[in-house]
Amino acid sequence: MSLTLIFGLYVFFLAAFTGYQVISKVPHLLHTPLMAFTNAISGISLVGSLLAAGGHYGGLSTVLGAVAVLAASINVVGGFLITDRMLRMFKKKGGAR
Amino acid sequence: MTLSLAETFVQLLYLAASILFVLGLRDLGDAQTARRGVLLAEVGMVAAVAGTLLYGVGVSGVIVRWEWIVGALLIGSAVGTGMGLWIPMTKMPERIALSHAFGGLAVGLVGVVEYLEHGGARMSTLQITATGLEVALGALTFTGSLMAFGKLQGFITGRPVTYAGQNASNMAMIAGTLGLIGLLVYQPDAAWAFYVVATLGVLLGVLLVLPIGGADMPVVICLLNSYAGLAAAATGFALGNNVLIICGALDGFSGFLLGMMMSKAMNRSFSNVLFGAFGAAPEVKAVTEGAAPAGPAPNVGSVEEAAEVLRAARSVIVVPGYGMAVSQAQHAVRDLANVLQTHGCEVRYAIHPVAGRMPGHMNVLLAEANVPYDHLFDLDVINDDFSATDVALVVGANDVVNPAARSNQSSPIYGMPILAADMAKTCVVLKRSLNTGFAGIENELFVRSNTMMVLGDAKKTLTQFTAALKE
Repeated sequence: MSLTLIFGLYVFFLAAFTGYQVISKVPHLLHTPLMAFTNAISGISLVGSLLAAGGHYGGLSTVLGAVAVLAASINVVGGFLITDRMLRMFKKKGGAR
Repeated sequence: MTLSLAETFVQLLYLAASILFVLGLRDLGDAQTARRGVLLAEVGMVAAVAGTLLYGVGVSGVIVRWEWIVGALLIGSAVGTGMGLWIPMTKMPERIALSHAFGGLAVGLVGVVEYLEHGGARMSTLQITATGLEVALGALTFTGSLMAFGKLQGFITGRPVTYAGQNASNMAMIAGTLGLIGLLVYQPDAAWAFYVVATLGVLLGVLLVLPIGGADMPVVICLLNSYAGLAAAATGFALGNNVLIICGALDGFSGFLLGMMMSKAMNRSFSNVLFGAFGAAPEVKAVTEGAAPAGPAPNVGSVEEAAEVLRAARSVIVVPGYGMAVSQAQHAVRDLANVLQTHGCEVRYAIHPVAGRMPGHMNVLLAEANVPYDHLFDLDVINDDFSATDVALVVGANDVVNPAARSNQSSPIYGMPILAADMAKTCVVLKRSLNTGFAGIENELFVRSNTMMVLGDAKKTLTQFTAALKE
């Protein structure tokens, strides 16, 4: 096993536990925004897609990478917008904020 | 290994992004702070993407072709903006399913490019394992989410599709996928194995979602959310990128946790939802029931009769279900509640965790209709109040108010926590027709003596109630 893997596993599991603590506090009320939100942040795979589409690679790789950039950027932009749009609608008694 | 100044800067940007994502998630724990959380995560995302681009183009020279990137980013942002702004709230489950499909696609393709370009033989054990998992999970998430989308949209039948040996053949395919990834570790240049892994992922996505019924969609969507996250985490391992590992873990775990909550709310195990082909058993039951004489007839009331019941009520609990989403009745519900409130009637909403097609579906719809969220109550909070309530108004909900879950041990939903709508003095049920619901299960609530069924489109019926009460 390489040290890189060990470090990666540390990061993965500590993030998972942090996620558990934080996410279990999100009320039922906000579960749909939560899904849209986590989906948007996992669009961070855009970082990987950018390297795939922009690398000094063959034509096929560039096209596949560009499709990946397209899909990931739809998720990032759309995900944040829609999360915010939903959250704007949640109002407490007393009408508009 | 010492990093150059520019490399250090990019890595610190990734670290900052990771921290901002976690802080954003924390803020999402309260409706008051949630929007700030989104802003924090947006800042993190912009920092990470801008850092990658600047570094890749300007410093390391890893990114040499920017025209493809710019084109894809522009189109993607335009499509994302369009979807973000104009998708109606009633279509939210479909949009969530699609976004999982995009996420899976992006990650899967990155994995294929890595394998194409870095050749199997030159990859370390860690890289090849991670890439294999990434491609398998990405492909599975992609087709599985498209299947879920199709089922939600009605392109594909919402009923579970089953055939002999289904679970066994699926298990064999999962084992085959893992086996081939294992083979790749020892023979990284076995390209055929890599592409078979990708193909198996594509097939598994279709086959694993096929036997799952529409009413189980909340769990499936959560699981696909989880797979999309795990695939992103695998990409992080393959690329040695911590921010990807962190986001993937957060997303993967969030989906898993929500899925567990949903299963628990249905009193079923994960494996039962995934492999139980819910709805297949009731279909058999429906056949025998067709032959047997029907039980007591439901008490069908007219709009006027039901409006009178509502007029006399001092307290009403609304129980929304998927039918409210289908008929887009959330605004009509709110209008009726407004009129009831002006008559001095107390109106509250009881939200079952699995009402609708995804976690929190009903909450979002009611929020869209300007229902204050402090009028919405979870099952465990409000359930004891039904017996002291004049009217339980069931709008397009079925399984979540079926008393068979409490009493009938042979019912497929036996043991599932339900909303005690039947305990209210009168239970007014709005339903399109007297046909059995999505899961094909008979609902005893509809034939109870204190139940009044009002048939027809929920939105139309509610509008008629409102008009009658205004007179």
